[in-house]
Amino acid sequence: MSTTPFPFLTTLILIPAAGAAVVALIPRQRVAAWVHEAVGLAVSLVTLALAITVLLRFQTSFGGYQFTSDHIWAKTLGIHWSLGLDGISLFLVMMAAVLFPLTLLGARVKRDPRSFVAWVLLLEAACLGSFVSLDLILFFLFFELTLVPTYFIIGGWGYARRGYAAIKFFIYTFAGSAFLLVGMVAVAFIHQSQTGVLTFELPALMHTHLSGTAGVLLFVAFTIAFAVKAPIFPFHTWSPVAYAEAPTAGSVLLAAVLAKLGAYGIIRFDLNLFPQATRTLTPVLLTLAVAGILYGAVVACAQRDLKRLVAFSSLAQLGFIILGTFALTSQGLTGGVIQMVNHGLIIAALFLVIGWLYERRKSWQASELKGLQWSAPVMAGVFTVVMLASIGVPGLNGFVGEFLILSGTFIVHRWWAVAATVGIIIAAIYLLWAYQQVFHGEPTERDKQTRDLGWSERLVIAPLILLIVFLGVYPKPVLDRITPSVNQLIAHVDQVTHTQQPAVATGGGSAAAGTGTGSGSNDAIGGGR
Amino acid sequence: MLHVTYLIILLPLVGFAVQVLFGRRLGDPLAGAVATLFVAASFVVSVGVFFNLLSQPGRVRSFNQNLWTWIPVGGLQVHAGLYVDPLSMTMVLFVTGISALIHLYSIGYMKGDRDYPKFFLYMNLFVASMLILVLGNNLLATYVGWEGVGTCSYLLVAFWFTRESAASAGKKAFIYNRIGDAGFIAAVFLTFDKVGSVDYTTIFANIGKIGAGNITAICLLLLVGVAAKSAQIPLFPWLADAMEGPTPVSALIHAATMVTAGVYLLCRINPLLHASPDAAWTVAIIGAVTAFVAATIACAQDDIKKVLAYSTISQLGYMVLAIGSGAYEAAIFLMVAHAFFKGLLFLGAGSVIHGLHDEQDLKRMGNLRIYMPITFVTFAVGWLAIAGVPPLSGFWAKGDILENTWSAHPGLWAVGIATAALTAYYMSRLTGLAFFGKDRWKNKVPIDAATDFADAHHAEGPIPEPHESRWVMTVPLVVLAALAAVGGLMAFGTPHLSLAHWVDPVFGGNLYDDHESTSTLWKLGTLDGVVAVIGVFIGLRLWVTRAERPKLEWAFLRHSWYINQLFDAVIGRPGTRLAEFSSTVIEDKVIDGAVNGTATLVRRTGNQLKRVQTGYVRNYALWIVVGVVVLFGFMLSRVWWS
Repeated sequence: MSTTPFPFLTTLILIPAAGAAVVALIPRQRVAAWVHEAVGLAVSLVTLALAITVLLRFQTSFGGYQFTSDHIWAKTLGIHWSLGLDGISLFLVMMAAVLFPLTLLGARVKRDPRSFVAWVLLLEAACLGSFVSLDLILFFLFFELTLVPTYFIIGGWGYARRGYAAIKFFIYTFAGSAFLLVGMVAVAFIHQSQTGVLTFELPALMHTHLSGTAGVLLFVAFTIAFAVKAPIFPFHTWSPVAYAEAPTAGSVLLAAVLAKLGAYGIIRFDLNLFPQATRTLTPVLLTLAVAGILYGAVVACAQRDLKRLVAFSSLAQLGFIILGTFALTSQGLTGGVIQMVNHGLIIAALFLVIGWLYERRKSWQASELKGLQWSAPVMAGVFTVVMLASIGVPGLNGFVGEFLILSGTFIVHRWWAVAATVGIIIAAIYLLWAYQQVFHGEPTERDKQTRDLGWSERLVIAPLILLIVFLGVYPKPVLDRITPSVNQLIAHVDQVTHTQQPAVATGGGSAAAGTGTGSGSNDAIGGGR
Repeated sequence: MLHVTYLIILLPLVGFAVQVLFGRRLGDPLAGAVATLFVAASFVVSVGVFFNLLSQPGRVRSFNQNLWTWIPVGGLQVHAGLYVDPLSMTMVLFVTGISALIHLYSIGYMKGDRDYPKFFLYMNLFVASMLILVLGNNLLATYVGWEGVGTCSYLLVAFWFTRESAASAGKKAFIYNRIGDAGFIAAVFLTFDKVGSVDYTTIFANIGKIGAGNITAICLLLLVGVAAKSAQIPLFPWLADAMEGPTPVSALIHAATMVTAGVYLLCRINPLLHASPDAAWTVAIIGAVTAFVAATIACAQDDIKKVLAYSTISQLGYMVLAIGSGAYEAAIFLMVAHAFFKGLLFLGAGSVIHGLHDEQDLKRMGNLRIYMPITFVTFAVGWLAIAGVPPLSGFWAKGDILENTWSAHPGLWAVGIATAALTAYYMSRLTGLAFFGKDRWKNKVPIDAATDFADAHHAEGPIPEPHESRWVMTVPLVVLAALAAVGGLMAFGTPHLSLAHWVDPVFGGNLYDDHESTSTLWKLGTLDGVVAVIGVFIGLRLWVTRAERPKLEWAFLRHSWYINQLFDAVIGRPGTRLAEFSSTVIEDKVIDGAVNGTATLVRRTGNQLKRVQTGYVRNYALWIVVGVVVLFGFMLSRVWWS
């Protein structure tokens, strides 16, 4: 662990937090609305610049935490301002840092931009804080803090049923968090009883010895909070209504960034703290993941509202991420991590385009739109690329994650992977259906007058498209940074549970050695002939 | 030249990028010309690479190159890499060559289209994807091209997107292929599981470690992919619908190149197929049944492109049958010859459709040989070639397959020869209806509204005379006609440069070597020729004189054995019901009902206490912010002062 002289991560959190305060303090009267927006954008761009600096200084082949800073906050309670970054969180931070300025630019609001920008910046600080916290209580604070701006963004700038959506979102996720807090305190106390030290720091707590039952119970407590946040089937019902009623910025940030807090929490805390329980409950989580993949896809097929359709597609995508995580192989977990980033980019682009569509037509009912490719070919082209990425067409980023997840799962839990593969067929059905409804067909006069994307919108979407293509063609730089941390995490789980990845996953010896015949389920498919 | 093989893919890819960035500014016809040049340049490079490969000794003619590491995680190391050997080289040559010709033809065919540049944008992307498919040195690279061509096929079938039928056909093509892709990718997983690599060379070097059952499983999973891509039973219905695309697309993608990808893949994995007789048998039977069933359907279609589409399915069935019988060379022979004559037939059909101002109904054609002489002569070459009349290319290619199936199993051969007779018959029916007989296009009587173009913009006013097409369209016809006529030479050539000799190293040791005696070959060959001539005779005799023979066009065949209806009843409608049920009942009533029920329960309890609380979540939320801010402030102060 290298302690850098400059507190990069602390600064990374403080810039947007301070920015939020500054924006909130600029008076509303006498100052044009765009000033708030410009300041907000500048702050988020500075944050992005700092995040890029961190990326460039990140040590590639090192699996541990980097840029760590550790200061005692409440000594008697053992709470630290403890931050650190590894390959698992690095690209989530990057994704958030990229998406916030784009959201501020591409999903502006007309009413009271000052408060809106301030909430968005506060949300950015909370998200970045969550991704780099290594202290459980600190993480919990940031994790909870994300709720507040989100609640106000949905409730303040949302659509018709915004009140219901905001309250449902808030209460549901808040209820989940109650379990998390109890679980965190319990882990710390168990650790204290074993070592005599009260601490909430993850690197210390991960070596806590837990009995089978205690581990399972704590795992469940943590996982409920994360499962609601992600969301994982069947804890997802707040999400379609929240995504649908939130303003574009809310949908983008909820689905792209906040959803990842749930999946990230599982990887960072569940796997580190409860390896044994993770192993025990793997079948349950795999089943929920596959159920989410298939159920989300099937329900998405029945949606006529574009935002709800994307919401259910997101449920299916989150299922893939969870599946890869609980495969507990290098490929599966690395795939899960990179897919969090991929899904963030894809769904942000989807919600942005759908938002722009709404600005023009005041509708996201597929039946009210037709043949838009006629008048808006650029929008249609953008939607096509993003849709193909979401379906998992190789050459675009979605495929890389999906392939790693499924191959990493296949080598250890074959039938779950096979069932999930069915999900990729259904994904094509609902997205192509949506595309056909909206962009194909004979346009009406109204459709023919729909404006294509303007220059500012193209400017916002272009970086996303470029990243989607780049990560699809050359994901190696990203994978090379994720994999060491993933391997370290899996090694930790394996060491505690006395298990081992199959040889093909690690490439034991050489790739050509083909040691795969050693696995127990050798002839499961071919056996029936 | 071998080290610049990547240029073959890069050129059309650059062409694609040029179209994305400047296509609209280039406009009609410059965009088409630029696109054509990039593909033509790719063909030129391919020829250079071919001669370079040829100059090497026969047994070492291969070149493997990893360009960059694509997906490296632990034991899984997937490269973006190329593999050049006689098999991929053969594919590259005819893919780039025919693509260039069809691009040229499209300059004329697509003239005046609203989305002219976009057409060439998709076409360039298609060529690049097809070349990735063919040149990839591992299963996943092939899969990249595999999905890429499928995507381009979707985009091009739905090219005339304002037509609902075209949009649906594009979607259908994608989804059917998606089913195949799932099989393909599952095969990749299983291969990685057992071999630890997806590189072809590594897989083939480790066949012994995979285990017989797994080899069969891998082959059958790949066969699912093949059945979708190459339109084999039961995944073939999409190809007939795909005729909604512009005719050059049908010629290039749905006849000459993309649909043969499945055949290519089966050739590529020949060491696996050789190790699994069960899989090989399945392949052979699927191919034989497909060949026959599609040929029967082709006998009863009225849409000129539908006849050709089912004919393509049937011919692909032949190729798959050949592979199942172990006759890889024969399959490749037919694949190349078929690319020539079926590409030719589609382009000829396009010329007819163009000349008749968007008329596709055979029953409303007739006597076109008078009005479109070049189209007729070239089309006739394609017709006789596919019918198997000697000495055109189809005779040799088909004969090669039939001879090999005779060695494999007489039953397969019988299906093959029956299909050959049907082929000669339905192609003669098509030719008779379109080019002979009366000028039925003059009668402006709607015959079957369903087969009409929805947007036949020439439908109003007097019907103009059919006209011959421009040179950009006839030149490709003439070139392909020449190739279709003399393509049989591939089988002979010099002893050192016949097709068989050329591709043999790819299949080293995996080929049938128990060839029949010369006298049997002569008998079989003569029989093939006689069957073809009789089929042609009957087809012309019946259909030149009359255009209506309901007794020969059974509803069962017209409706493609009702396979669409079957799928709809078994999968489509139940699937829709499941989705609706999940959305309205499971989601809204069960899962969300439970959540809201809990909330209601809590609220009722809470009502007792509501006086002490404001009841506004936003108040609570605000207090959380205040609390957190205070906490953080405290924390930061401790951090800085400690």
